[in-house]
Amino acid sequence: MNALALEGVTYSYPGAETPALRGLTVEISQGEFVVLAGGSAAGKSTLLGVACGLVPHFHGGRFDGRAEICGMSLREHGPAALAGEVGTLFQDPETQVVMGTVRAELAFPLENRGHAAVAVARGVEEVALALGIEALLEHSTAELSGGELQRVALGAALAGRPRLLVLDEPTSQLDPVAGDELLGLLRRLNEEWGTTIVLAEHRLERCLGAADRVIALHRGEIVCDAAPSGFLDWAHGAAPALETPGATLIAGLGLHPAPAGVKQARTTLRAAGLLPEREAPAAAPERPPRRLRRRQGAAASLRLRHVWHEIRGGPAILAGVSLSVAAGERVVLLGRNGAGKSTLLRHVAGLAEPTRGRVERDGRVALLLQNPGDYFIHDRVADELDAASLRAAGLESLAARHPRDCSGGERQRLALAIVTGGEPAPAVLCLDEPTRGMDREAKAALAEQIIGFSQRGVAVLVATHDPEFAAGFATRAVLLADGRVLADSSPADLLAGGWYFATETARILGGYRGILTAPQALAQLRPAAAPIGSTR
Amino acid sequence: MSYLRRASPLHAARAGVGAAYCAAIVLAALVIGNPLLLGVLALAVLAAGAGAGAGARVARSLCLSAPMALLIVIVNGLVSREGLTVIARLGDGGPFGQIDITLEALAYGAKEALVLVVIIGACALASAAVDPDELLRSLRRVSLRSALTATIATRMVPLLALDARRIGDAQRCRPDPAGRLAVMRAITANALDRSLDIAATLEVRGYGCARRPARAYRAWSRHDLAFSVCAVAIAVTALTLPAPFSFYPSIHGSFGASTWISAAVLAVAVLAPFAQRRGVAR
Repeated sequence: MNALALEGVTYSYPGAETPALRGLTVEISQGEFVVLAGGSAAGKSTLLGVACGLVPHFHGGRFDGRAEICGMSLREHGPAALAGEVGTLFQDPETQVVMGTVRAELAFPLENRGHAAVAVARGVEEVALALGIEALLEHSTAELSGGELQRVALGAALAGRPRLLVLDEPTSQLDPVAGDELLGLLRRLNEEWGTTIVLAEHRLERCLGAADRVIALHRGEIVCDAAPSGFLDWAHGAAPALETPGATLIAGLGLHPAPAGVKQARTTLRAAGLLPEREAPAAAPERPPRRLRRRQGAAASLRLRHVWHEIRGGPAILAGVSLSVAAGERVVLLGRNGAGKSTLLRHVAGLAEPTRGRVERDGRVALLLQNPGDYFIHDRVADELDAASLRAAGLESLAARHPRDCSGGERQRLALAIVTGGEPAPAVLCLDEPTRGMDREAKAALAEQIIGFSQRGVAVLVATHDPEFAAGFATRAVLLADGRVLADSSPADLLAGGWYFATETARILGGYRGILTAPQALAQLRPAAAPIGSTR
Repeated sequence: MSYLRRASPLHAARAGVGAAYCAAIVLAALVIGNPLLLGVLALAVLAAGAGAGAGARVARSLCLSAPMALLIVIVNGLVSREGLTVIARLGDGGPFGQIDITLEALAYGAKEALVLVVIIGACALASAAVDPDELLRSLRRVSLRSALTATIATRMVPLLALDARRIGDAQRCRPDPAGRLAVMRAITANALDRSLDIAATLEVRGYGCARRPARAYRAWSRHDLAFSVCAVAIAVTALTLPAPFSFYPSIHGSFGASTWISAAVLAVAVLAPFAQRRGVAR
């Protein structure tokens, strides 16, 4: 039996002019690990909505065609009836946890199905052990971190041992560590429990290694349905925005096959004689370049001097952070969830006062917080900005639209135009996790915008979990942990030398020459054609 | 809403028993008329909070109740026309007539303030040490949807408060900060979005087909037994204790040995279950 079978499915949301899915026909077999690829508004989330029954039963709209989920017809079964067979995980962990304790949360779906108390207790115990959250069972959900909350939500989705698990960008709000852990868990569930996984994700380089198959969507239609390497071959010519950095590198060097992960890319490079059979031992970390250390004392747009943020009766979120950012400099802040990145930006913008130390600003600070929707107060995009700013931001075509109806990238642009608009022009621009839920094209456009601001003399400070995005614009990288600055160096040093906070290209090349992106690698490797490591 | 599982006997007791214990303290505060006993009860609640690892929380609640308690004393002193011992004549109060402050009115106000303090302390103790999920789950057998709505509300209220703070911060980041009304609209729109997300989550967790949860058998622990017995003891002592007290027209009451014995019984009934520390951690 298929886990999911769609035949000629066309679906339009209520009031929408164009359908979100167009004549979709696809079958997903039991036990497959399928990744859905595509840009924003391609139809990935809508397809997942069909798989769990929210489309059309919860969202309404017009639905044509035939859909069967684990042998149950979508016309006759709604999401609640499908919940026994389909587990669902969305982006935002906060709104997926409805009970006060972890045990109650895991028990909730089982109780809804009327399981006996003993079966509920056993189900909770088993899923907690499977996901490694048994120590959290008695914890209040209010005290969990984002990664833990997402794990608990996954536990609730898996509590009834569903045959199909659908996930909509489940790692978009997690740091690389928590994101990799979650993807590792999915792989294990697929391999050991035989659970069918359908995962929508923008950062394909993180999940293609685990996938059996990739379905690419564009404007509600399937444009590619192939194994990961076949998909990457297709993307190289037809949709470069969906190509992973590793695939770009291998294809650029004229090698084959397109790699689904770091390991495969390294194997291909080794076979071509571009990586040595055994890697040279990692060089000892170097001292920060003198230029960077000196800049701390140079004329700066922003200076943090021994800034502390201590919670009464709680921890120190920032512990003596000192940092200077010069005009036109582009600094990326990296670190796991809870490292203090957002708090640091709040101090820079004056939303929080240091308990010790001080912040000196050489002008206005514009801060774009994590959720761009929080900045909107009007019903029309045109009312949020004056006509000139709207034109400058390239948002004229959206003037009549409601801000909440814009795509993720459009909302980000609108919010950025709002905070950077007005007089005087900002001297410092801070962005907190600006790429959540954005596709690769939108990220590239944002990186260009950031570079544009810095060229106008604005000091830019960006907190992100996305090393690929950071590599696209940063001139300096700062790693935070437990409220302290662990490293402050060039992006090449920081993003090429780590495991988690490293780009895919850097991981493939093992940090060789501080290369971070595929274009950099191609520029350096093509003429050399000498094994990496031999020149270390 | 601020429940955190701690290693304490009250946390280890089942939620229904913990709630009954706190309810017994509230009942005692409502029926006891003797200010000495109420004072002892207030101190016992504070000590129980410490025993449950929530002493600071209960103390903070008592401090927050102090202004309201003071207000009760002042208002009762000003409006009460009873009592024989006039301690201040404030003269003609216009439409309110002659305003005299009597000792009896102040004492009665103080006693009512103590009742309020004990009730707030008991509620703070329940909020800190009684698992709301477990309590509401037991109520789901009686009224499935209402109990679940209450559960989700307890989860959503702090979440929406965080959202409101976040939106307020975002508005402060605008070069032209929005007015209060506009911010309220944004917060409301966000709350509606959140509600939709929660509703979608409930659907995919099978809530649409939810059935009444099965009764779960759980062996009675020593803490369940201790708090049950003590809840009954508190209620019985409060209803039967021989410590009459009257405030009007003049203060008459007992502060004799029998009252002190009643106070001791009450304090022991409130605090005894905390003496047993076996098996409190999970």
